[in-house]
Amino acid sequence: MNSTRSVIERLDALYEFDREPVAGTKLQGSGNFIGIYSGEHIAGTEYVIGPLFVAHGVTAADFFLGLLVGNLLAVLSWAFVTSPISVRTRLTLYWQLRGVAGPYLTVGYCIVNALMFCFLAGSMISVSATAVGLPFEMTMPGLNDMLPNSVGWVVVVLFVGSVVTALAILGFEKISQFSKLASPWMILVFIAGGLAVLPGLGIGSFADFWRVANEKIWTGVPFPGQTKFTFWHVMFFAWFCNLAMHIGMSDMSLLRYARKWYYGFSSAFGMFLGHFIAWTASSILCAAAAGNVAPGPIAYLGAGLAGAVSVVVAGWTTANPTLYRAGLALQVATPDWKRWKVTLGAGIVTTVAAVFPALMMKLLDFVALYGLILMPMGAIIFADFWLLPKLGMKSAFAELAALRLSWPALIAWALTLTVCFALPYEIFFKALPGWFIAVGLFVALSYAQQRRQRVVVGRGNL
Amino acid sequence: MRLILRSVSVIGLALTLIPSVLVLLNAISWNLHADLMTAGMLVWFATAPGWIRSSRR
Repeated sequence: MNSTRSVIERLDALYEFDREPVAGTKLQGSGNFIGIYSGEHIAGTEYVIGPLFVAHGVTAADFFLGLLVGNLLAVLSWAFVTSPISVRTRLTLYWQLRGVAGPYLTVGYCIVNALMFCFLAGSMISVSATAVGLPFEMTMPGLNDMLPNSVGWVVVVLFVGSVVTALAILGFEKISQFSKLASPWMILVFIAGGLAVLPGLGIGSFADFWRVANEKIWTGVPFPGQTKFTFWHVMFFAWFCNLAMHIGMSDMSLLRYARKWYYGFSSAFGMFLGHFIAWTASSILCAAAAGNVAPGPIAYLGAGLAGAVSVVVAGWTTANPTLYRAGLALQVATPDWKRWKVTLGAGIVTTVAAVFPALMMKLLDFVALYGLILMPMGAIIFADFWLLPKLGMKSAFAELAALRLSWPALIAWALTLTVCFALPYEIFFKALPGWFIAVGLFVALSYAQQRRQRVVVGRGNL
Repeated sequence: MRLILRSVSVIGLALTLIPSVLVLLNAISWNLHADLMTAGMLVWFATAPGWIRSSRR
């Protein structure tokens, strides 16, 4: 009993500067951010994304050009949109949002946000489970499996989810150390796995690569039942697969620890060392495995035991910060709970979601949807921080006027999503027009709100 | 001590990457490549925590 209390007290002591601006002594150097971004974007899910591009019939030229442009745009988004606001406010997204949107809307947003994070972390746990299940000859989920296909799958997912949750409870420092330790090794495993299967595809030298890439890997022909992807699909997916984190501003929770705004460029390690190389390697592995998309088996095919372990480790390093963010988000909704208790709750939801392989097999669509839903609030924060003062309006008006809910923020969020869902485009292309719609609506409605408020205040004074 | 740990860690990373290049050049078998990668993994995780942690201090 005493030892239980002691553990709880120690966990309670892990409380970090979640609700206040980060203190100067807690700011961290660029190495930590390079470690986190590298670890977070060299993830188990990269073993799924490459094969899904292959399944959607991307050509080799569209694949490489799309990744180059999309990843560059993602890095610029982190550096010029997320980071400058993060280092000026030193607040998490959630506490910043509270001032802009009011506590009621923030609570609603946090619950939606945390659920999205849980599902995202769940897909990473599913990916890890495909590797953990290898020695038990577990039946792997297929491209069209939506429900769990065996008891073994359920048991393995529950085990992996428990470990990930325990690590997330330990907090930011532990996550940073773990990512920093694993990321240099993981990226080499991706590269080595991809290289080792090239002879099996008919590549004996680097000169053969482009020919075989077009003929056997990115053939331009979609798998039966899959839609055709182009350069634009690859570019927008590469840019927006972390939409919630950069333009959606949720990485304020991490970058508020940055000494300088330009640490946002450290995301390049995640985009180019991570996504670019990992998606290329996993595409090659999928082609070598004759179209198999299960991460554990294809990693084993390329790198043996080290490949299988990398899938587990890569899943953990990504799921941990994702769960950590979910814990932060839910803490706002439950202000009297300690973060470790909230993270435990989020971990349970995540693990249950991970039992369903649909989360992993429909990853491209889910990632695009998740970014789209959260993006408008990032646009609102951007407009509130930069545009409203330049237009003669007050930032964080909900806080200034002691409003419980900012109706401009609520209407801008809801109307943007309504318009986006109605747009006759594929989900990958809805977010860009959506950002401009959200900014425009919020500025216009804020103008109306603040002018009305001034009139009311003026009459009161008379 | 830290220098030794770092050097051994680099060997671990080399064992992770170089065998795959040798497979591509048809110089070693896939099985040997997989075994060397496992060895590289063990070396990395055995040594890297020591110097990565000490560099934080």
